[in-house]
Amino acid sequence: MSLLRLSSITADYGGLQALRGISLHANEGEITALLGANGAGKSTILNVICGVVPPRSGQVIFDEENITGLAPERLVQKGLTQVPEGRQVFGELSVRDNLLLGAYSRLHRGDRSQVHQDLEEICRLFPVLREASSRRAGTLSGGEQQMLAIGRALMSAPRLLLLDEPSSGLAPMAMAEVFRKIEALRELGTTILLVEQNVSAALQIADRGYVLEVGQMVLEGSCDELLSNRDVRRAYLGKDYEEV
Amino acid sequence: MSLADQLLQYLITGVSVGMVYGLVGLGITIIFNATGIINFAQGEFVMLGGMIAVALTAARLPLAAAVILAVAAVTMVALVTERLAIRPLRGASVIPLIIATIGVSLILQGGAKLVWGPEAVRLPAFSGEQPIRIGGGGIDPQRLWVMGLAALSVAAVQLFFKYTLAGKAMRACAINRAAARLVGISIDRMVRLSFAMSAALAALGGVVLTPVALMQCSQGTHYTLTGFLAAVLGGLGSGLGAVLGGILLGIVESLSAGFISSGYSKAIALAVALVVLWWRPEGLVRRRQA
Repeated sequence: MSLLRLSSITADYGGLQALRGISLHANEGEITALLGANGAGKSTILNVICGVVPPRSGQVIFDEENITGLAPERLVQKGLTQVPEGRQVFGELSVRDNLLLGAYSRLHRGDRSQVHQDLEEICRLFPVLREASSRRAGTLSGGEQQMLAIGRALMSAPRLLLLDEPSSGLAPMAMAEVFRKIEALRELGTTILLVEQNVSAALQIADRGYVLEVGQMVLEGSCDELLSNRDVRRAYLGKDYEEV
Repeated sequence: MSLADQLLQYLITGVSVGMVYGLVGLGITIIFNATGIINFAQGEFVMLGGMIAVALTAARLPLAAAVILAVAAVTMVALVTERLAIRPLRGASVIPLIIATIGVSLILQGGAKLVWGPEAVRLPAFSGEQPIRIGGGGIDPQRLWVMGLAALSVAAVQLFFKYTLAGKAMRACAINRAAARLVGISIDRMVRLSFAMSAALAALGGVVLTPVALMQCSQGTHYTLTGFLAAVLGGLGSGLGAVLGGILLGIVESLSAGFISSGYSKAIALAVALVVLWWRPEGLVRRRQA
């Protein structure tokens, strides 16, 4: 059953047509990977879903509801939250305040006790955030900041989490740790749409994947299918013709 | 009166006027942090605060009620301003927005002149006119009201930003507006809140200063420019820096009016501000990097 469905999305970015008729879906409880090179349009897709970039045509359906063009803060309330590329934590605020701001709309509605329970749970999932609770977020390492960015998004209690390049700028150890956490989130029942340049790492944890090239979907399938696809192996996994 | 007594007088005058400049600068900083624009109508909120309080006392309202109602009314004016002049330009770049605030300031100034005329008006002092004697001179008790209420407001604003969810959300907006949107913070609400807060601060400054400094419809511009200068001196982004900048400008203005000439006091304050910025282009308070 698909929680998110995009049909025939076209969108412009910086005067260019960045997306040409994109259709995709993300199944409930799965990790769906959106793969492709830099500039293929992956982030633009996320920004269309999140209401940051209005599409020129097409529809975004979330949980059987048309959410095309809704503002980001409305989408967060509906259970759709993005972890932006480059982490974008609030560096001058404490780790704890960053997490609480993730629950801004829930706290605004007066959901206090549930939010504090979730804070506990997220600190269990990311123990490093509990230890650093009162530190300024800007003083964390890159990997810790990525955990914080994910934790902050989880504080909105999302049903669908959009992850934009969670591995970017991270050392291999930190990256492996982040990907383990993403898998753990799926076990907890969160549906995930994962945008990644690191194709092999993404395909190792994802259930299904899409490959995007210059604004168009060129491939779609289960991760096993994609991993064994000749073009994917050659273009994204660095295999030679002989190995393929 | 000895020189020391005179100096004390000028300092108290300077600090009290300077704290009102500081309140204006703090308001300009709050709006700048939330929206990235400089609100050039900020000084008109000072003027409106004073004029409305005078009109309300003239209508025989008790002074305390007039003060509170004047601040509330100016806050409403700011919210209407935001709705009619700022929100329709959402998505526009910073320059059209700044020009819109200049338009708002002209409208408010012109409107005030139509209603109240160009003359200077005065509000009764909050607790009598009898000066408090210190040494050979005396302090107007209203000056203590100005300093006390301004200091309280600044402290309240600091606590708001440090401890409340809305305050933290506004700081998050200032640090990274795109990320703040993505976590679900409504930027529109933050912008409204910033206008309401900064208008209330400016109006309070205007109301409390009117018994000692008089008020007239054309004075808003002076408060805007001096408040803007105070915000820039403070490093444009630091609220406490803006308050310090305002106090510095008030002291320079008062000392030069007392010892040199009142005709040159504003020019001298401007010159000192330029020298300070030449010496520290980043302002008096260094902003912490994100």
